[in-house]
Amino acid sequence: MVNWRGLYTLFAKEVWRFVKVAVQTILTPVVTVMLYLLIFSSVLSEKVEVYQGTNYTTFLVPGLIMMSMIQNAFANSSSSLFQSKLNGSIAFVLLAPISNLEFYAASNLPVLLGFAVLGTGILGTLGLIASIWAEKWDHISAFQNFVILPLSFLSGVFYSIRSLPEFWQKISYYNPFFYMIDGFRYGFLGVSDISVWISMGIVGAFFVTVSLVCLLLLRSGYSLRG
Amino acid sequence: MTMPAVFISDIYKKFLNVQALSGVSFEIGQGSFFGLLGPNGAGKSTLINIMAGLTRASQGTIQVMGNDVSKDWRKTRFALGVVPQELVYDSFFTVHEMLKLQSGYFGLGASNRAWIDELIETLDLTDKSDEILYRLSGGMKRRVLIAQALVHKPQVVVLDEPTAGVDVELRRVLWDLTKRLHKEGHTILLTTHYLEEAEALCERIAILDQGKVVALDSTKAIVEQFPYRFLCINLKDSSVKLPDVIQEKTVSLKGSELTLRLHRKEDRIADLLEAFYAANISFTDLRTYEPGLEEVFVALTGKKNG
Repeated sequence: MVNWRGLYTLFAKEVWRFVKVAVQTILTPVVTVMLYLLIFSSVLSEKVEVYQGTNYTTFLVPGLIMMSMIQNAFANSSSSLFQSKLNGSIAFVLLAPISNLEFYAASNLPVLLGFAVLGTGILGTLGLIASIWAEKWDHISAFQNFVILPLSFLSGVFYSIRSLPEFWQKISYYNPFFYMIDGFRYGFLGVSDISVWISMGIVGAFFVTVSLVCLLLLRSGYSLRG
Repeated sequence: MTMPAVFISDIYKKFLNVQALSGVSFEIGQGSFFGLLGPNGAGKSTLINIMAGLTRASQGTIQVMGNDVSKDWRKTRFALGVVPQELVYDSFFTVHEMLKLQSGYFGLGASNRAWIDELIETLDLTDKSDEILYRLSGGMKRRVLIAQALVHKPQVVVLDEPTAGVDVELRRVLWDLTKRLHKEGHTILLTTHYLEEAEALCERIAILDQGKVVALDSTKAIVEQFPYRFLCINLKDSSVKLPDVIQEKTVSLKGSELTLRLHRKEDRIADLLEAFYAANISFTDLRTYEPGLEEVFVALTGKKNG
């Protein structure tokens, strides 16, 4: 038996919360991306050509969109769950007849549906994992600044990994964010550093892995149910 | 035999090195008003959290309306409404929005709106229904918590220290509401620090101390188990030296008021009065009073309040 209305209500609550703080959740990421675009494209557009026939601004746009989506997917899911965990209001959700799977789906659906991209699902899930693990805002911030930010900046948003030395190219292949950016860029430009199917497979496998970890954490009750 | 509303069997809970509950067992009858008392750290909230599925027991089982809280968790959560001890709230929503959301979590739609409106009115929240939760006073937030716990019309209502830190008016509203819920057939489980509250409202009581049940009976029977009564005497001269036979029964001497504790069977008031006359101690007034739950609680737990 699935509590469909419960799942829908929890999903609707997350979207409602998202909309109520639109300056933080929508306007800020838009302005940030515009600033990146303005600065990098005005400085480098005439000087850099990553793929033949594609100017740097065109190359940059898909990467920036994807980076913004995945970073905000993490920020939204983590701040929502962590805030309610910290102030205790999560109790009223935990007291309701909502299963772990329904809880996971409802908390993550806004980003999945909102951006309709697997990558945001992954980052949304990482946001849930981080907020379950975290005991203070410092932990969320550390996760964001020392894991999410470096992985997204080193994923080829601003460059093609072919332009890197061989060692760093190999390292980049271990970065799952690289496959999200590269695959998403293929959708816009029709060109990518590696096969789009490999990217899709790796991103899909990574999504399944982090989802399982998140569901196991919810099932164990770690940090949520004593 | 009627199925109990809550059946608690041999519950153990250990947090790292702390044994919070050690073999707690008792039943709460359907439609009863049950009090769970104990000093801070006795394990009351832990037991309630296990009942509500917020904490997992290390050992033992709890059933709510015949359903196991772990195996039939959906059914038990439908049957249970919990008012938490802390003032927890989601700062993004108004009172009305929050109650609609809470109702939706339980799978209830538009058909429940009339009950939400009734709850808002009963708890005197009508003027505040469009107010964001964080803007409400502590008392108003407490009312919203109660409304949230009742939004799905649970058969068993758990109130974890609902009157802690609330003003006299709200306490009266809460008392009236819990009495009304009880009258309507709800089973009420109340934890409180106010022993006079438990004595006034609860039909049966369990006292927890250090994770164990130290008393379990009707409120009247628990109070009657206490073998002492008290004698208050207003001395004419409070600096007078009391004879040993009086001193050994003295509980307190506040100003001129001397309180003595007398064993119901072994001590006779007449003997004590003779001791006063023999020592030539005068007094202006005297009265006896029966022990309340507070005296029983102190005797059982060694602590001053619930």
